[in-house]
Amino acid sequence: MENLEQIRDRLLARFPAAQVAIVVNPGSAAEHSLLLDPASAPEIARFLRDDPMLQLDYCSNVTGVDWPEKEITDIVKKSVPDPAGGPDKVVEEKTKRLQPGYLEAVYHLYSMARKHGSVILRLRTGNRSDLVTLPSLTPVWRSADFQEREIFDLYGIVFAGHPDLRRLLMWDEFKDHPMRKDYVAPDDFEWEPTPHGDVHERAKAHYPAPPPAASTPTPEAKP
Amino acid sequence: MSDTPAPPPFTPFPAAGNISDAEREDLRRHGILLTSLEELYGWGRSNSIWPLQFGLACCAIEMIAAATARFDIARFGAEIFRPSPRQADLMIVSGTVTKKMAPQVVRLWNQMPEPKYCIAMGACAISGGPFKQGYNVLKGIDRFIPVDIYIPGCPPRPEALLHGLTQLQEKIRAERVSGPQAARHLQPDAASEFPVPDYGAHDLQPPSNPALFTAPVLPRKA
Repeated sequence: MENLEQIRDRLLARFPAAQVAIVVNPGSAAEHSLLLDPASAPEIARFLRDDPMLQLDYCSNVTGVDWPEKEITDIVKKSVPDPAGGPDKVVEEKTKRLQPGYLEAVYHLYSMARKHGSVILRLRTGNRSDLVTLPSLTPVWRSADFQEREIFDLYGIVFAGHPDLRRLLMWDEFKDHPMRKDYVAPDDFEWEPTPHGDVHERAKAHYPAPPPAASTPTPEAKP
Repeated sequence: MSDTPAPPPFTPFPAAGNISDAEREDLRRHGILLTSLEELYGWGRSNSIWPLQFGLACCAIEMIAAATARFDIARFGAEIFRPSPRQADLMIVSGTVTKKMAPQVVRLWNQMPEPKYCIAMGACAISGGPFKQGYNVLKGIDRFIPVDIYIPGCPPRPEALLHGLTQLQEKIRAERVSGPQAARHLQPDAASEFPVPDYGAHDLQPPSNPALFTAPVLPRKA
């Protein structure tokens, strides 16, 4: 199989309007992936499936990833000449920037016909609140059907063009997306025989208030 | 605490108390069978418990194993797993009850005719088990339906299920047919159906049936 750079170059030559970038996996697995822009993703997906050299006819796995907003500190080292005439001083300049959060759908592709793979595609939403629509790749690979529904259920990515976009695991009336990092579970920790860690902290709110001691100040009452 | 003395133990047929078990067994060897309708009723019911055929998770695999020839739940008369709740006496809640599944389980329980019994099989059905702190698992089926027998284990072995079944048989045999200690299904005002919870925006509504479940209060340091 071609390597990822060759695939990217071929895609860029075939679809000049598309934006294709390689996302490097720094781990030892080195499973690098192709980041597609949502607008051109369906036609690129169809090309990857039908191209005689690739024939990526099997989408084995679709997952979602939640990337919350995070603050990144960039450190730039500068050498400043010493006015006293000594050796140059190295000064670190720290700049903070806010990386906006987004949701991601990851597709793992293999070829049954050519016995090769995997090629990994990534699609990213604009943000985590209102720009959460991505094109569905279920018309290209039928196996993505339930998995895109699961991502819609648990992460809240809306797949435009999906034939049957409903919640898969949770009930239809459910409002949240439980796999997002900022999800808060229902507070039903009233009966925890052996709580520890975070569960202990949440179960404490259900404990009866201790009787106030005479000498020590009373801790704040828990409702 | 009141000062009134406890009522004497209920004996439905006082005359039957005049003959000991040994004497009765002796009579049986001579071909004379002495029994009471109550005993006969309990004997018959306890040896033909028909479970409802449904499973929720891996505990159901152990339940299936208990029905196979190696463990043979038929020895206890409970091999007829009924696919319809209308024909079932026993609901074995075998496995994880998710919040999405809980209303259906309660609805099945409501559709079973009296007398009916419930076994909570495995850690998940008892308390939520390893998924207790999750967002999508009910923390014990006893929040919505009354449970007669709890079988701990993850999952319990088929022998444990058979032990739970024999415990249920003893419970059925000890039930009275009349009087103040009559079995639940013979009491006119005992609840048989329980409200089915609704799907809420974040959790089941209500999250538990207050008539059945109140969270135990443990004395703790804050």
